Amino acid sequence: MTSSLFFNVTTISYFAAMVVFIVYLTSKTKVVGLVATAICWIGFLANTLAIGLRWREAYGMGFEQAPLSNLFESVVFFAWSILLIYLIFDLKFKQRAIGAFIIPFAFGGMIWAQWNSLTGGSGGLDDSIAPLVPALQSNWLTYHVITCFIGYAAFAVACGVSMMYLVKVGKEEHSPEESPVGGILSMFPSSKVLDDLNYKAIMIGFPMLTLGIITGAAWANYAWGTYWSWDPKETWSLIVWFIYAAFLHARFTRGWVGRRAAWLSIFGFAATIFCYLGVNLVLSGLHSYGG
Amino acid sequence: MSKNKSFSDQLWDFFCSLKLAIVTLILLATTSIIGTIVEQGLSPQEFMQKTGWSESSAKILDTLQFFDMYHSWWFLSLMGLFAVNLICCSIKRLPRIIKIVNEPTLVADDGLFRTFSNKEELKVSGSIESVRDKVIAFLGKSFAAPVVTEQDGSIYLFSQKGAYSRFGVYVTHASILIIFVGAMIGNIWGYKAYVNIEEGGSRNAVWIRGQQEPFPIGFDLRCDRFEVSFYEGGNRPKDFVSDLVVLQDGKEVMSKTIEVNDPLTYNGLTFYQSSYGPAGEPSFTFRVKERATGEEVTVSLRQGQHVALPGGRSFAVNQYWPNYDRFGPAAQIHVNTADGRHGNPLIVFKQYPAFDEKRGGDYSFTLLDHQQRYYTGLQVAKDPGVWVVWLGCLLMVVGSCGAFFLSHRRLWVEIKPLEKGIGVRLGGNAHRNQPAFVLYFDQLKKDLDDTLSS
Repeated sequence: MTSSLFFNVTTISYFAAMVVFIVYLTSKTKVVGLVATAICWIGFLANTLAIGLRWREAYGMGFEQAPLSNLFESVVFFAWSILLIYLIFDLKFKQRAIGAFIIPFAFGGMIWAQWNSLTGGSGGLDDSIAPLVPALQSNWLTYHVITCFIGYAAFAVACGVSMMYLVKVGKEEHSPEESPVGGILSMFPSSKVLDDLNYKAIMIGFPMLTLGIITGAAWANYAWGTYWSWDPKETWSLIVWFIYAAFLHARFTRGWVGRRAAWLSIFGFAATIFCYLGVNLVLSGLHSYGG
Repeated sequence: MSKNKSFSDQLWDFFCSLKLAIVTLILLATTSIIGTIVEQGLSPQEFMQKTGWSESSAKILDTLQFFDMYHSWWFLSLMGLFAVNLICCSIKRLPRIIKIVNEPTLVADDGLFRTFSNKEELKVSGSIESVRDKVIAFLGKSFAAPVVTEQDGSIYLFSQKGAYSRFGVYVTHASILIIFVGAMIGNIWGYKAYVNIEEGGSRNAVWIRGQQEPFPIGFDLRCDRFEVSFYEGGNRPKDFVSDLVVLQDGKEVMSKTIEVNDPLTYNGLTFYQSSYGPAGEPSFTFRVKERATGEEVTVSLRQGQHVALPGGRSFAVNQYWPNYDRFGPAAQIHVNTADGRHGNPLIVFKQYPAFDEKRGGDYSFTLLDHQQRYYTGLQVAKDPGVWVVWLGCLLMVVGSCGAFFLSHRRLWVEIKPLEKGIGVRLGGNAHRNQPAFVLYFDQLKKDLDDTLSS
């Protein structure tokens, strides 16, 4: 029973859930949606187990570190966080269809992480367990990574919901009141509900991102004596923060709700992904060891 | 809005507007990208060398202050505009919020009841006093103790929860300003510096970035030991540690072993383990055996120094590795011929003393000991504003929790004698998260109905 086996189960589950969600949208059969959600739970449990096992494996090798130490571990934790937020939303708001637009983010992360293990290829991430360099040996690492990724995951959910909103609202405007939108789109929640879910997800993501930036600043101050040094990673996290702050204020301003808010949410997630991956892969800075 | 507003009113409205907030935030987000693409802190010449761009384009970027954009006049102005917007917004809206919290409407008239989307009307029997007492007890138990007002023979109750959550937004806004103040204090009264101390040495001054002269710190800092350790079987560093001692007027007042992520703080200055390097040439002790005679000598020497050996030859150490490809400390040496020609270099491993014996040259070498003195590289920071920044961060977390997760919920009750029986009207609202309040209110009115009919 190795973590790698469970990571494979996770990847396959998320793929299956994604497919079943699409079948659910086209078949409009309630039970299919239930199956998709059940597969999500199975994948989430496998993901949790896999992270736990990897933690134990690292301890077995003599490295006392949480499994948040490199790009591979952060990607699988990102997938886990997306499922966590999604499943909470599913329990609370019972909008089954949104899974079709959220699970692909988690699957994308997992297939990238597990590519080598599943296909025997080499295009994926390095999944070896390596000890932490001195700069990362701190409890702040755990607090910082967890808060950031819960935030990122909430933004992923908001982005998926916003894409649905943009598709749905266009159709709604073109169809008369008495004949509601047909086809797959009839399975989507109404644009009003989607707009509300977008806001709710960002209401979770924004405070978590704020906490993530604060824990990062506190750690930087403790390790280097500077809480803010405008390195590209820090700056991009602030850019993401600015975008979602703009989103939250847009909700109270006429002319900025609806479409523009949905676009802000999508831009916000694009900036989040750049902050997470682009900075390490394209730019360089203090966080370069994080990649 | 009237068209003939004075200029100052228009200006005030501009600085208070939410649109300005959104536009400023988006401008801050987009302009911040520049500094993540253009490397910061370069001179135009360095930039031209690094990128191969022309002098004229480097000059344009320099004029726009793109090489230090986060401290440029235009970026700081944008931040200033953001701060002014925050302040004006709060000045405009806060008095109304304070009034809502401190002077709530205690008596709900028909006009107010018409605005509620959550309301309930009941007709019950009994005396007005007994109904009043029942409702007061009910609200006190399941919501919050009400304020009671009697007016024109009717009784009005008002109770509220989470009134202070209305301040969440303003606490969050204030926290940003507090963080700005903290950053300014740090910039004015603080500094960032560095200092390198050799093992056994001490320093009483540090080098502030961009300054020529060392800056005295008013005490001595001595480094007794520096050590770097590696993970087993590799060159991956595990830890850097320095034993530091603070001396005030020659007396030891503090000592601490610092490492990365665990600094030393004394007198408002904090010293962070940041780098290290060799101080001077390493020295070595070898046992050398001349194979022909079996004669053994023990030799101590520094790197690069030539030392005579029995039999008329000499040898020197060229190079040293603290961890040579997983085999631990190793030294590269060469033996000179009697007429001074260099021989082939060979490597001696400290952990494998018998290894060189097998090589079968004229001499066999054993590395008994080596000594490398290091210097420890410390970052030094003084930032009296950092606590103000943390206070701001704390307020931001508290404020956002209030702003996002709590809501101000209010309930009004009117108890009025009717021709037959008593009329009870219940209404309420929440300033956020309406769907949750609708559910809560539905349950509440059922419970009230049960309480009054029992």
